[in-house]
Amino acid sequence: MTGPARAELGSSLEHLVVGYVIAGLVGIGLGALLWSWRYLRDGTSPYIYFLYVLPAPVLVPAAMTLFGIGFTMKVVLIAFAALWPTLLNTLDGMRGVDQVKLDTSRVLGVSPLGRVFRVVLPAAAPQIVAGLRNSLQVAIILMVVSEWEASTDGIGYYLVNAQQSFDYVGMWSGIIVLAIIGTLANVLFVAVENRVLHWHYGARAVEGRNR
Amino acid sequence: MTPGASESTTATPVISLRGVRKVYGGTGSGTGGPKVALQDITFDVARGEFACVVGPSGAGKTTLLRTMAGLAQPTSGEALFEGTPLRSVPPAIGVVFQDYGRSLYPWLTVARNVELPLKVRGAPRAERAQRVAEVLASVGLADAGRGYPWQLSGGMQQRVAIARSLAYRPDLLLMDEPFASVDAQTRFELEDLILRVRQEFGVTVVFVTHDIDEAVYLADRVVAISKSPGVVTEIVDITLPRPRDQITTKADPAFARYREHLLGLVMHR
Repeated sequence: MTGPARAELGSSLEHLVVGYVIAGLVGIGLGALLWSWRYLRDGTSPYIYFLYVLPAPVLVPAAMTLFGIGFTMKVVLIAFAALWPTLLNTLDGMRGVDQVKLDTSRVLGVSPLGRVFRVVLPAAAPQIVAGLRNSLQVAIILMVVSEWEASTDGIGYYLVNAQQSFDYVGMWSGIIVLAIIGTLANVLFVAVENRVLHWHYGARAVEGRNR
Repeated sequence: MTPGASESTTATPVISLRGVRKVYGGTGSGTGGPKVALQDITFDVARGEFACVVGPSGAGKTTLLRTMAGLAQPTSGEALFEGTPLRSVPPAIGVVFQDYGRSLYPWLTVARNVELPLKVRGAPRAERAQRVAEVLASVGLADAGRGYPWQLSGGMQQRVAIARSLAYRPDLLLMDEPFASVDAQTRFELEDLILRVRQEFGVTVVFVTHDIDEAVYLADRVVAISKSPGVVTEIVDITLPRPRDQITTKADPAFARYREHLLGLVMHR
């Protein structure tokens, strides 16, 4: 790839990483908050599902009027769209934590806050990770889409620009580059997942053998 | 008989239940009326004692144990631990649940599972390591600390759970049908293990089971409760000699008499 194209990629990846990290942190944090606070959960759940079903690309025009066409707009859009799978999976995973595990933590003298970090988060981790994986896919889609309109840089801009100027080699190479980015992101994700959840897969393999 | 008895508190029962009544679903609009799990339960457990609670399934044994642990509040009546009403789980109580697979934390190694109660109590690292090694050795798992609980057999996992609940030296150990899901051979081993560690740690034990042989073999006293409504039908003192032995104790004619008597109490109600 040529020099400028590499720079385009750099800015796109920056949006992706910043937006995805925000989505992950806010998703887990908000999910945990909703889990621990029933009234908040009951009060907000219709709105959450309303936002969840909204196809995020339709928010591009709205995001442009609110945040301009720069870094902020792209990061906010990626974070907003990628937030929901992690949030809903976190909430669901935490609600499914075995009562015996919670009772055990009380008996062992673990404080309520300690219970969240030592028991609820690890117990819900397999589902939280599944949510993070969905969020990653959404984030990559939004990284491209957020650069399609009124953008001056990024891989999405490069792609649309190449297509409109009949530069088919440029267009296809952009698509291939995106496929490579998706693959690498997934490989990285699985590597982290296998480290964090090695106990889960180990326990599940044992369970399967005993059946 | 009271290895861990301390000076002034010897007279106060470790657990004291006074007319404990537990009703489920009294206020909710759910199907069916309120269900009485425990009608009127009154008994004491003295320091150093090994008490077994027997009753048919559905007699509210687990509810009773949760009440003694401070995990559930009685609808009426009182549950006292060392003379203080139970409002939450006191730090000096250990509980071993029936289902070790659900009670142990699969994301922690065996040693870290056992270490957890010490960690949250703020014990220094060196002391924690020493305690963990000590208590794992007591349950015969000196070399298992680095592995994960799910790599062990069922009986060994329950040993880990026992070690974890003994690590912080509780005054009272509550056990909820702890050996119900292991095979018979393992079960005998674990019964003898619990008799030994109870002596070693000087801990008072309340052991809930539906198995009358197990109750007679282990206990100083057996509390028989009946099914719906849950009331204490009789408290039987078991005066079989100690140390007990799986073969000779169970061959003792007195063992058969206790067994027959308790079986009658549990079945004909």
